[in-house]
Amino acid sequence: MRKDYYLKNVTTLTLDKNKCTGCGMCKTVCPHAVFEIIDRKAEIIDRDACMECGACSKNCAFGALMVKSGVGCAQAVIQGILKGKEPTCGCSSDTPGQTPGKANVCCG
Amino acid sequence: MNEESKKTSCCSGKPSPKPCCQGKKEEPEKKLKWGIFGEYVTGRIETNEGPVPRVAAQLNRSDKWEGMKVRMNINRMNYSVTPGIYAVGNPGKDSIVLVTSNYKLTFDSLRKELNNLDAWILVLDTRGINVWCAAGKGTFGTDELVNRIEETGLKNIVSHRRLIVPQLGATGISAHEVRERSGFTVLYGPVRASDIPAYLQANMKTTPEMRKVTFNLIDRLTVAPVEISQGLKIMLIICFVMFLLSGISTAGYLISWPHSIFPVINVIIAYFCGTLIAPALLPWLPGRSFSLKGAWAGVIGFACLYILGLTGNEVLRSIGWLLLIIGFSSFLTLNFTGASTYTSLSGVKREMRFAIPTQIAVSAAGALLWISGIFFHITL
Repeated sequence: MRKDYYLKNVTTLTLDKNKCTGCGMCKTVCPHAVFEIIDRKAEIIDRDACMECGACSKNCAFGALMVKSGVGCAQAVIQGILKGKEPTCGCSSDTPGQTPGKANVCCG
Repeated sequence: MNEESKKTSCCSGKPSPKPCCQGKKEEPEKKLKWGIFGEYVTGRIETNEGPVPRVAAQLNRSDKWEGMKVRMNINRMNYSVTPGIYAVGNPGKDSIVLVTSNYKLTFDSLRKELNNLDAWILVLDTRGINVWCAAGKGTFGTDELVNRIEETGLKNIVSHRRLIVPQLGATGISAHEVRERSGFTVLYGPVRASDIPAYLQANMKTTPEMRKVTFNLIDRLTVAPVEISQGLKIMLIICFVMFLLSGISTAGYLISWPHSIFPVINVIIAYFCGTLIAPALLPWLPGRSFSLKGAWAGVIGFACLYILGLTGNEVLRSIGWLLLIIGFSSFLTLNFTGASTYTSLSGVKREMRFAIPTQIAVSAAGALLWISGIFFHITL
């Protein structure tokens, strides 16, 4: 199957092999097949396919994976700069009582 | 947006654990433990934790119609179901538990795959947002899952301790933390609900294909209408401004048919280049960055307009249009990163550092050339 790639050499993903136990959780949760288990250790086999969703690091029970996760959304980055915050998906409101429809940006 | 739809969805805006819709008049039959439900609730099933609503595994006409509207960005931010536990078929203590978000489009795409199955559906409060986006935001997260397990009394409804969570929920959920805090083991199921029957048949094993996110032509065209609708207002304002400006000439102010309508068509085409043509042709447009792909879509749009004679026969105006269309289309396609399934934050930031100043410069140059076309007439 054809694979989509975004920019090269940008991902903040790092793997600490010393901490890795080869459980394979990262391979299970990665939506872009970035990992493979080779010789009972995780290996990053397709770094440029990483979209920094953070699923791997969140589910690594041994803290072997680090990634600065976030949304790859230009609107969110623009909104983040305007509001002086980290870019987040503005589709739902964080403040109770505010209509989510008002902060209408990307996903859904 | 009418009053009625606002009321039914009042639970989506607030993180309140209790449903706030209880004051709403509805048939008492449908008023179960966790609030008020729509037509998709076909009955109830008794459990140790009291009655649980049973939902249909087929979508009715209203589900499909409302789903289509949401795809067109109508009522999209107010389309949710009440969080809690639901039943499909006739589940018992050993039946599987599927976890999902309370965006109704997501909830529907899950239940329609559960024909002839007995299952529990645990709906998390993601404030009406789909699993992946909510996971990115953290609302489809470990805390919410652990709390929802407690609140619904799931431990008394099922005897096993396994949850099937959609793989894309992993961005917000930490499986080992969930196990520590609730005793439930998270099994990551397929990305797409349509793979659930095959996943269950394979004894809860996913294939590499089930785990991969795609962004094929159909996926891209499905999300395009929302993209188109979002900038519509700004596009119409630009159309109006260009229409008014096009009347200015050294011979005085002149609005003429059909020439004054050409700039409006040009703006509309530029808009569709960035919101429809570029998304449709995404993998085939040159370059990796979305802004570059959008610029190419703009070139295609300009070529069509030029051949049709809509950019006029003056050199300055034509080049002006080329640059304006490229700038506009490029910016719109850059925004499509948010709808795509493979762009990273680091990548988008890197791209924007170059793309935004370039887009501004190109558009400004285009505007200058276009304006200078008022005074200088060079024809080929």
